[in-house]
Amino acid sequence: MPRTGVFVCHCGSNIAGKVDVETVAAKALNFDRVVFSTTYKYMCSQPGQEVIKKAVRDNNLDRIVVAACTPNLHGKTFQRCIKTVGLSPYLSEMASIREHCSWVHTDPDEATGKAIELVRLATAKVRKNVALLPLNIPVTRRALVIGGGIAGIQSALDIAAAGFEAVIVEKEPSVGGRMAQLDKTFPTLDCSACILAPRMVEVATNEKVIIHSYSKIEKITGSVGSFEVQIKKKARYVDLGKCTGCGTCTEKCPVKVDSEFNLRLSTRKAISTPFPQAVPNVPVIDPHHCRYLTLGKCGVCQKVCQAGAVNYEDKDEIIIEKVGAIIAATGYDLFDPKKYGEYGGGRYRDVITGLQFERLINASGPTGGEITRLSDGKTPKTIVFIQCVGSRDEQKGKPYCSKICCMYTAKQTILAKEHIPDVQCYVFYIDIRAGGKNYEEFVKRAQTDYGAVYIRGRVSKLYEQEGQIMVKGMDTLLGEEVEIPADLVVLATAIVPRREARTLAQKIGLSYDQHAFYNEAHPKMAPVENLTLGIYLAGACQAPKDIPDSVAMASAAAAKICGLFSRDFLSIDPIVASVAETCCVGCNTCVAICPFKAISMEIRKDRTGQERQVATVNTSLCQGCGTCLPNCRSRCISLNNWTTDQLYAEVMTI
Amino acid sequence: MSEGFTPNLIGFFCQWCSYLGADLAGTNRLCYPANIKIIRIPCTGRIDPQFILRAFLNGADGVLVSGCHPGDCHYTAGNYFARRRMQVFKDLLNFMGFDQERLIMTWISASESKKLVKVVEQFNETITRMGPQKQLVLPTR
Repeated sequence: MPRTGVFVCHCGSNIAGKVDVETVAAKALNFDRVVFSTTYKYMCSQPGQEVIKKAVRDNNLDRIVVAACTPNLHGKTFQRCIKTVGLSPYLSEMASIREHCSWVHTDPDEATGKAIELVRLATAKVRKNVALLPLNIPVTRRALVIGGGIAGIQSALDIAAAGFEAVIVEKEPSVGGRMAQLDKTFPTLDCSACILAPRMVEVATNEKVIIHSYSKIEKITGSVGSFEVQIKKKARYVDLGKCTGCGTCTEKCPVKVDSEFNLRLSTRKAISTPFPQAVPNVPVIDPHHCRYLTLGKCGVCQKVCQAGAVNYEDKDEIIIEKVGAIIAATGYDLFDPKKYGEYGGGRYRDVITGLQFERLINASGPTGGEITRLSDGKTPKTIVFIQCVGSRDEQKGKPYCSKICCMYTAKQTILAKEHIPDVQCYVFYIDIRAGGKNYEEFVKRAQTDYGAVYIRGRVSKLYEQEGQIMVKGMDTLLGEEVEIPADLVVLATAIVPRREARTLAQKIGLSYDQHAFYNEAHPKMAPVENLTLGIYLAGACQAPKDIPDSVAMASAAAAKICGLFSRDFLSIDPIVASVAETCCVGCNTCVAICPFKAISMEIRKDRTGQERQVATVNTSLCQGCGTCLPNCRSRCISLNNWTTDQLYAEVMTI
Repeated sequence: MSEGFTPNLIGFFCQWCSYLGADLAGTNRLCYPANIKIIRIPCTGRIDPQFILRAFLNGADGVLVSGCHPGDCHYTAGNYFARRRMQVFKDLLNFMGFDQERLIMTWISASESKKLVKVVEQFNETITRMGPQKQLVLPTR
């Protein structure tokens, strides 16, 4: 006969401030099979857990219900707690009387009433819980890193340093990501390429790291420990093994196209590498613009290539990689400022984005580091920077702060002054957010040493007048309108997830928020994990982030993966389906609907010697969704920890 | 509408999205009616229409099934199966002459706590207006 103990947590005043915990504990004693109940200030604390352990021992409890926060926060804590006193961790349940009760209901009586009901629900379920044995699954000790920006590179290097293999999949022809596009980095003004390039070379030469550049994730199947990844290696038309990176083909190619890497500020050839330090330093032929591939004429690059690396017959290729864990490090895109009609909607050539400005001041950029106006090539004498273009604008659906703009704008004002000594920079801002080591000092320096004028207020309108961009805005500190004739306007556009972020998330099965930033498992305690086991996050795919944060997160994710790879077997919750073969009628319905193809038919002989087919579940493929259960005609499939008995028990308390 | 009637609402919430949305509603200290009890399920695909039927037999006035948005299912397709099952089941309830508005299915992601509040408030309003559910509830209750 089950003996259940109920432990009601005060959570300081978080629960006890609204819910009468003593009443909840007293009422709990009336529930079926409950033999003990108590309350404690913080159940999750060490003394709190001691209360549980002692009660289990003294009262011979074999099941516990902890009425506290959400099971997503401390479910595991209490499972571990009762394990130490010899109970199966699966004999515990939580009633979420904080997130689902005290925090969301205002009336104390209502909240208390609901808390009692939630405890009743949990005690009903726990009665039917059974002691399960964890599944030990083998671990493939290789990691997949999606994205070859600084976050992806850092995590691959860290994983490799621990002796495990890392596979980087990068959609561009070269690794490097956004950092490769930047000029200098705040707040130290290190040259971005100078600190990134050694890492790129390191990752390319590391024998534990495999780079699939110009490749995309097609499909991911499997789960933690054994993922199977289908990667589409796009046709490069240049043999990676033969090319020496001499650049003659690029030089001779007659076709010029807008450069994506330079954000359309310059052109590139139809056969090109995105930037000089590209890794691998092997060009790619753009099949949409190459004359040979579109018209069948030209073929210059093939003729001039002494290594014989150009191959027009190259085809997309699907490769399969088997990995045990995945890091998503897909980075960010920028908000399209065309959505701001008041800022010209993209009509004015001298209104550019912050990232375009980075390319302009970059020595290897389209102008060789000269800041010039796109319209007439003149050097600007007045530059206006506008902050929060898209960010912190609920009307544009982006209520969040993009975090890095305040800093990179301060940096850009400094760099502008260094490039053009008589330039005057103005910055329109809402608030200056310079939280970070030496960040505030850096912004101050931009203002005091480099003379950037900061104006608090939003810009209401940009319009062209006599070859200049008139910036009309409000100085909210002085309470007056300002109008500045600018030669160049730079918009600090919001950071948004990569365009493909949603589709990729759906392929991997990781969760994301309304903006398509990937969700961490817990905002504080599990910031690099995703709720899907074996998938980790690094960099700006999770939220806007600067370089140090991205690198730190990448190393953290790598450390998590190394922990995972340190064992031969991974112990996971046995939340899998099973079939009671005696009553299976072999109808095949479950086989057809299982999203993971985990169910198959096997032949069994019944007692009369007659053969019949029954369903069996492959536990290493089953993910435990339970979709097969309602479909089973003879109701002979069961799902551990979510059995029909358990759920019915909950429903019966209504 | 009956005076002073507080409906008994049951939510079957997917552990990967809507249940987390409810957690977030808590973290954000949003506020919604206290007369809904949320049952955590692994996936909406796990929901057997019999659970819902049983909930109504036991006196639930409304049942809210909530899962991940189409395309976002943690298990790739569970929510699609659930959607079809719910539709068929609702048709059946309708055929039986049962008010099918008492059963609704929504998509609430882990970050949509505000949507959750809105859905629960609206559902509570609808069911309060409809009054107690008397068609399926067992006489002993």
